[in-house]
Amino acid sequence: MKRMEPKEAPPQFFLRFFRWYCDPKVLGYIEGDLMEVYERRLKTLGKKKADWRFILDVTMLFRPGIIRKAGSSKNLNPYSMYKSYFKIGWRNLIRNKGYSFINIGGLAMGMAVAMLIGLWIYDELNFNTYHKNYNRIARVMRTLHVNGETVSTTTLPNALGDELRTKYGNQFQQVVMAALAGDHILSASGETTLSLRGEFVESAAPEMFTLNMLQGSWSGLNDPHSILISQSAAKALFGDDNPMGKLLKIDNSDRMDVKVAGVYEDLPYNTDFHDMKFYAPFDLLFSANAWVQNVSFTNDFLNIYVAIADHTTFESASTQIKDAILNNVRENKGYVDVNPQLVLHPMKDWHLRSEWKNGVMAGGATQIVWLFGIVGAFVLLLACINFMNLSTARSEKRAREVGIRKAVGSARQQLMNQFFTESFLTVGLAFVVALVAVSTSLNWFNHLANKQIEMPWMNTYFWLASFVFILFTGLLAGSYPALYLSSFNAVKVLKGSIRVGKLASLPRKVLVVTQFTVSVTLIIGTIMVYQQIQFAKNRPVGYSRDGLLMIQMTTPDFHGKQDVLFTELKNTGAVLEMAESSSPPTAIWSENGGFDWSGKDPAYAPQFATLTVTAEYGKTIGWQFVKGRDFSENIASDSAGFVINEATAKLLGFENPVGETLRWQGGWRSKFTSFTIIGVIKDMVVKSPYAPPVPSVFFLSKYGTNWFNIRINPQTSVGEALPKIKAVFKKLIPSAPFDYKFADQEYALKFAAEERVGKLAFVFAVLAILISCLGLSGLASFVAEQRTKEIGIRKVIGASVFSLWKMLSKDFVFLMIIACLIAIPTSYYLLAAWLENYDYRAEISWWIFAVTFVLSLVITVLTVSWQALKAAMMNPVNSLRSE
Amino acid sequence: MKKYQLGEFEEVVILTIGILNNEAYSVSIKDEIESRLSRSVSMGALHTALRRLEDKGYLKSFAGEATEERAGRPKRYFEITALGKKAMVYSKATRDELWKAIPKTVLQINLGR
Repeated sequence: MKRMEPKEAPPQFFLRFFRWYCDPKVLGYIEGDLMEVYERRLKTLGKKKADWRFILDVTMLFRPGIIRKAGSSKNLNPYSMYKSYFKIGWRNLIRNKGYSFINIGGLAMGMAVAMLIGLWIYDELNFNTYHKNYNRIARVMRTLHVNGETVSTTTLPNALGDELRTKYGNQFQQVVMAALAGDHILSASGETTLSLRGEFVESAAPEMFTLNMLQGSWSGLNDPHSILISQSAAKALFGDDNPMGKLLKIDNSDRMDVKVAGVYEDLPYNTDFHDMKFYAPFDLLFSANAWVQNVSFTNDFLNIYVAIADHTTFESASTQIKDAILNNVRENKGYVDVNPQLVLHPMKDWHLRSEWKNGVMAGGATQIVWLFGIVGAFVLLLACINFMNLSTARSEKRAREVGIRKAVGSARQQLMNQFFTESFLTVGLAFVVALVAVSTSLNWFNHLANKQIEMPWMNTYFWLASFVFILFTGLLAGSYPALYLSSFNAVKVLKGSIRVGKLASLPRKVLVVTQFTVSVTLIIGTIMVYQQIQFAKNRPVGYSRDGLLMIQMTTPDFHGKQDVLFTELKNTGAVLEMAESSSPPTAIWSENGGFDWSGKDPAYAPQFATLTVTAEYGKTIGWQFVKGRDFSENIASDSAGFVINEATAKLLGFENPVGETLRWQGGWRSKFTSFTIIGVIKDMVVKSPYAPPVPSVFFLSKYGTNWFNIRINPQTSVGEALPKIKAVFKKLIPSAPFDYKFADQEYALKFAAEERVGKLAFVFAVLAILISCLGLSGLASFVAEQRTKEIGIRKVIGASVFSLWKMLSKDFVFLMIIACLIAIPTSYYLLAAWLENYDYRAEISWWIFAVTFVLSLVITVLTVSWQALKAAMMNPVNSLRSE
Repeated sequence: MKKYQLGEFEEVVILTIGILNNEAYSVSIKDEIESRLSRSVSMGALHTALRRLEDKGYLKSFAGEATEERAGRPKRYFEITALGKKAMVYSKATRDELWKAIPKTVLQINLGR
């Protein structure tokens, strides 16, 4: 066929216009006619006239018989084409097994992490939403001004409930007083005795908290001698018997006999009340305990929950009630001075913003939610970067394929479809793998994160979010090959005159740097979290935790049996010492002000932890004395003696505190009592191990003690000692279940939150590094493959394996160093901000950065070397022969 | 109702196809009409007429060879169908009848002038 000279062609615009409008059925014939006539006219009339006639012809053809019908050319069945896209896509995956594995595996890992974190965040954000009135329930809080600080507490006086109901009733739908949430002993007609967590509440509580009643009704607590128990409690107490109407005794008190009036479904784990196994009537507590009956604005011991009325908001209700206590205590100067203000803490903030500072909500779990949200987003980003890097790198190899496809008639749209199909295929497969991974690892994750999350198979939002994510990643990763490669000129590609790589590798390098910056930051963060935990763990505790058993005196039956218990326990040989105390060694249950001493600034009113102990306490838990001596039963004056800790000593400011006098006007004391300091002990870590030590005073009293502390004889093992101790307790106090706690376990719980963060951060960091390494290894092998020929030639000329390895690794190491240079200052800044939260904190030392730097460098070199060495060791004969 | 519909231009086209006999494709038809009747035929008008005739069933077409001057596009040859022939005969017959019905004097007077 003769090639048409350009000057012979009819006006292209009109020809295209004709092709566009003409009915495809007759297009070929008429176009042929047009060309034939045009050719002839060209010879007889010249180009100009021929062109004009051509234009005229085209215009005259633009009429109903010739113009195609709308949509007539789109009636092809595209199914076979889609089938082809999938088939080709699948074959591509199968052919490059290594890359497909890295690609799908890496992306699936990232997706799984993001999914787990997403589920976790969803769970956190849905905390307490089990209660149907979630949006209207609040807890009443009181803020007090003490020593220039504003502290917030949920403990309220028992007169407040009625006050809110009568004077501010229009603000609230329900007001519920609740008291003594804690472990109580439930015994079913003397047979089964269990220690269960429960609360005494007013009868509107079940309705307010919308308990899901399986038996009985919300009104069950109207009778003061009734109780509502959870399904699990019913099962534990009565087995398979119908619990309704069964009799129970609370705390073995003869005045607290109750009848089961209802069974409710256990509250889910993501509610604040999830461990409440029973609700007993407040009126029962009222009738059974004299101290409750003293209704006043100074008898503080209960919590008040309210459901606000429809027409009001938490803010306006808060403003209304803020002076409800103050208005009733105006005659008492001490109360007016601390300025008690009431404020509502909405249920939706109970979990996420549980911390109060200076009378306002100041975060809490929100920070962790944000932290992990960001980490999850970053891990996902890493995986996406990998995915894009690898797909774009791979797609360059397919430039030739694009050329051939175009040559045999593939439209650009079809090529785009092809590439997008492949990208979606990979993302889809990764999603399936991620789903499997998440559903199998969810148990483990729940254990780690202290959650009870289930797979949201039926949740629309979950699927919607997944769909959006697949769409987004698929489009993003597929866009480079789909949009860029499909635009190649077939001839140029087949001739090999298009060089992709130089420019295309720059964004890839940026992505690798981003990836490593995130990984390095995560490594540094993880090391620092562990460092901080370790630092706090190494903090001197001030007493000995090993073999220290703590038993709470939950029923009155314990009291008055101490001496017998002690003798019996000592006789077993398993117990070394035993003492009583008001608080367990791992907590502070009472703090008081009202202290005075010579040289005190009159405006200064410090709070001390006030801890009642018996004389053997120091010996039992292993106090370490700095100055002075321990309490002694034989010295009568010790009943007016204080043992203080170093923090108190520092606060008092005496040069030698032993022998000095402290005057104390405690809550129930009307006038000052003088105490002589007899000893100073090392600070004990009682509250948070990250907090500064609490100034404490210890004094002797046989009353007001709540705990037995038992030191197990170090010569006997705990396993041997426990049954012996249990036997003694069962013999002497048969009515109480033998519930014990180990001091070391309780102490370890103080680290639980940070350790959880540490473990999660560790897992995410490892995954992030793994994902990055996968990507790096894929890229390295790709680069090596691209340079196969070059390596072969270099080898023939005489390059050593070492120099080739250096050449291939150099680029990646360089990127790694850049990433470290970005990550180190970033993480330093972030960690310094994080450590600000802790009073007792580790220093950020330079070695963390050095170790991380070396570690990342080693990981990079190892990952890259694997591929680089493989390429460098290859026989040049093979690499040069291959085409 | 007319039995066969054949417009004036359509009749010219179908007659020309008859003249060309097996050599009738659009450009040759156009050339033939232009040379015999000295009137210019636009491509648009011709193709529309051809399509309409084909739709009516008076013509059938088949693809021919592709030639160089047609830039590789095939020709499309036309052939008169039996129905088309009937329509032509019918058309001629009605004209003839009309001719016969004209009084001789009318034509004579006109000729006499």
